[in-house]
Amino acid sequence: MFVILEKKRLNPDVLEMKVSAPRVAEFAQPGQFVIVIPDKTGERVPLTICDYDRKAGSVTIVFQVVGLSTRKMARLEKGDAFADFVGPLGKSSELISESPEELSGKNILFIAGGVGAAPIYPQMKWLNSHGKKADLILGARDAGQLILVKELKENANKVFITTNDGSAGTKGFVTGPLNDLLLNRSCHYDRIIAIGPLIMMKSVADLTRSFNVKTIVSLNPLMIDGTGMCGACRVTIGNQTKFTCVDGPEFDGHLVNFEEAMRRQAMYKPEEKEHDHLCNMDLAVEESHSKSLK
Amino acid sequence: MITNKRIPVREQKPEIRRNNFNEVCLGYTKDEAIAEASRCLNCKKPLCITQCPVNINIPDFIQHIKNSEFELAAKSIARASLLPAICGRVCPQETQCEGQCIMGKKNDAIAIGKLERFIGDWSSEHLPTPELPKIQNGHKVAVIGSGPAGLTCAADLSRMGYSVTVFEALHKAGGVLVYGIPEFRLPKDTVVAHEIENIRKMGVKIVTDAVIGKAGSIDELMNKEGYDAVFIASGAGLPKFMNIPGENLNGVLSANEFLTRINLMKAYNDDYDTPVKTGKKVAVVGGGNVAIDSARAALRLGAEVTIVYRRSENELPARKEEVNHAKEEGIQFRFLTNPVAVIGNEKGWVKSLKCIQMKLGEPDASGRRRPVEIPGSEFLMDEDTVIMALGTSPNPLISSTTPGLEVNKHGCINTLEDNGLTSREGVFAAGDAVTGSATVILAMGAARKSAVAIDHYIRTKYNEQTHEDK
Repeated sequence: MFVILEKKRLNPDVLEMKVSAPRVAEFAQPGQFVIVIPDKTGERVPLTICDYDRKAGSVTIVFQVVGLSTRKMARLEKGDAFADFVGPLGKSSELISESPEELSGKNILFIAGGVGAAPIYPQMKWLNSHGKKADLILGARDAGQLILVKELKENANKVFITTNDGSAGTKGFVTGPLNDLLLNRSCHYDRIIAIGPLIMMKSVADLTRSFNVKTIVSLNPLMIDGTGMCGACRVTIGNQTKFTCVDGPEFDGHLVNFEEAMRRQAMYKPEEKEHDHLCNMDLAVEESHSKSLK
Repeated sequence: MITNKRIPVREQKPEIRRNNFNEVCLGYTKDEAIAEASRCLNCKKPLCITQCPVNINIPDFIQHIKNSEFELAAKSIARASLLPAICGRVCPQETQCEGQCIMGKKNDAIAIGKLERFIGDWSSEHLPTPELPKIQNGHKVAVIGSGPAGLTCAADLSRMGYSVTVFEALHKAGGVLVYGIPEFRLPKDTVVAHEIENIRKMGVKIVTDAVIGKAGSIDELMNKEGYDAVFIASGAGLPKFMNIPGENLNGVLSANEFLTRINLMKAYNDDYDTPVKTGKKVAVVGGGNVAIDSARAALRLGAEVTIVYRRSENELPARKEEVNHAKEEGIQFRFLTNPVAVIGNEKGWVKSLKCIQMKLGEPDASGRRRPVEIPGSEFLMDEDTVIMALGTSPNPLISSTTPGLEVNKHGCINTLEDNGLTSREGVFAAGDAVTGSATVILAMGAARKSAVAIDHYIRTKYNEQTHEDK
C-alpha cells in the first residue's frame, strides 16, 4: 500500500504529497520520475520526483490538477493510499554523475516554469549538498502560481523571479532575465537546465542556441508503462527517435524536436477535455450537495 | 467407429463477437470432449508428444478423457505443464502436437488443444486449489518477470521448497498474458488471474510495481537481499518500428501500446480511465499473432481494419485459427505489401499509408522466400491509425544494469540451452528474454529446465542433495 503521509496545497491548482514507497525512495535520484495509479480503474500517470527520504521510505510528488486522473489524486487525503506507485523510472540527472571537482568549476543556471519547479528542486538540493549553489530563474503565471520558492532559495545562489502579469518579480517570461544574463551582463554558464511547459523549454533552447550554451530539458510526454514497452513517449532528438521513459527524461534541448513533442502531447486532448467536462459537472453536483447539507 | 471429422467446437458467431471482447471459442462440453477424445488412435509411437515443447503425455491424458477420468487426465498433464487452461488456448497446436497427429494425415487431427483446454477449465472448477509445500529448504530465489516463464519457474521452485519472490514491473502479474493477449482469446479474470492466484497459494510471493534494473539491480538482490539465485524472465517487451518517414505522426502507435491500453488498462471498458484512440480506418503492419490480435481488437472498437503484410498468405507467422477468425470477422488482408512512409494531414495526424507492392524472391535466412520491392508500384491507403506490429526485442533494463551478463546483438541473453545458465554465476534466464519473442509454451518449457538447474546450483553450493536425487 502506498499511503499518503502528508498532503499540502502549494497553490489552488498544485498539490504536494509525501507518499510511503520504500523501494522507490531507496533508489530514487534527482531527475527520475514515478508512475502513479490513483485507484484500481485509474490510468498510469507519470510524475516527476520532487524529493525523497531514504530513511523514512517516502517520496514526494508535486502535481497540477489538470484532468481526470490528477483530480482523482487530489481527492485523496492523508492516510488514503494510491493503488500503485512505480519507480524510480528514467535516467537520473546527468549532473549527479559528475565529480565534485568537475562541478565546482562550473557555472550552472536552472530555469523552472510553473510545476517545473518540482523536478528542479531535487537537483538544486543535491548540488547544494555537494557544495555547489547554482543560479535560478523561477517563472510562473502569477504570484499565486509560484511554488517551492523558499525551498529553492535555500539551495540557490542568485534567484530571479518572473511572472506573466508582474504580480511578483519581473513582469514577463523566463526568457527575459535569461536574455539579460547572457546578453547584457555577459554571464557565462557552462550549463542551463530548463524544466517547464514545452513552449517555455523551446523558447529557452532557441535563445541559448545562439549563445552556444549547453541546455538540458526534461520531457514529460504521454506514456503508459514507463519502462520502454509501449513507445508512446517517443521523441525525435537530432534525427533519432528516442523513448523518453528509458532514454530520458532529460535531453539536449538543442536537439529536441519541440513541434513534434507539442503535437504528440495533444494527442489525447479531446478525450481529456471530455473527462474534464464530466468531472466538472460531478464536482458541481458534489459541491451543491455539500452546501445543501450544511 | 472412429469419425474422420473433428468434433466442432462452439464459438461466438462472427457477427456477434466482432462487437464484444468476450472469448471467441467457448470450448467443449463434457460429452463433446469425450467424443473428440474417442477419435484418438492411441498410437504406439505417438508423434504428438515429440512435437510438444514440454512433452505432455498427450495420448495418456486423452485416453483418460475418453474414460471420463478427468482428474487423472489433469494429473497426467500436470506432470509436464503447469498452465493447461492457458496453453490449450494460445499454443500453436497446428504446428506442434496436432501437426504430427496421424489422424491429420488423411482426415482431421485430434483437437489436442481444445481437449487440453477442457481439462484446464475442468480442473479450475473441480480440483482443490494447490497447497503450500510442506517442507521449506530455507533458500531464496528471485524471479524477474511474472509472465509464462517466470510463473512456471517460480511454481516449480516453490514446490521444491524454495522461498520464491517474483518481481513484476507492471501493476498486474501475468506479463504478456495480461498486457499482450486480448480478452477474446484469453480471459483475464477466469483464466489468467485464477492461475496466478493458484501460484500465490503455493507460497510464491509476487511483488508488483517493482522494476528491477531501476529499483535495485540483480547484484543488489543477490548481495544485499540474500537471494541465492536469480531467474530472469523479463520477456521481450521492446517494440520495433520501421524507421520510415512519418512514423512519429499522431495516430501511429506500436501494437504494444495499443494492446496494453486495451488489455492491461482495459480502455475498451468505460469503467476504466485509460483512453484509446482507434480511429475509423486502421492499418496494422505485420503478420504475427500480435498483428492479428491488434487488428481484431481495433475491429471490436468499431474500426475498419486492414492487415498489411510484406510476404504472402503462406508465410503468415500467425496461428491459422486466429487468421481464420480474423477473416470471418471481416478483417481485410493486403499481402505482398510493405509501407514506405506515413503521410500526415496539416494537423500532424495520419492521413494515409504509402505502400509498395512486393514479390517473393529467393529464400532468406529464415527459409522463407524473401520479399522484394516491385519498383514504381507505390500506392496510398487512406487510414487514420497505423499500428506497428513488427515484433519485439528484450528490454535492456536488466542487461544494462547487470555487469558481466552477456547478450547477443539482438539484446537476447546468452544462456546454455539445456539449463538457462547465463554468463553470471547464479543467474539463469529463459523465455523471450533469451529467444526474442516466441511462444508461451516454449518459455514454459525452458523455465522448467531452469528450475531444475537452479535447484542443482543451489544444492551444490550448499552441499545438499538435489531435488532430483531424492
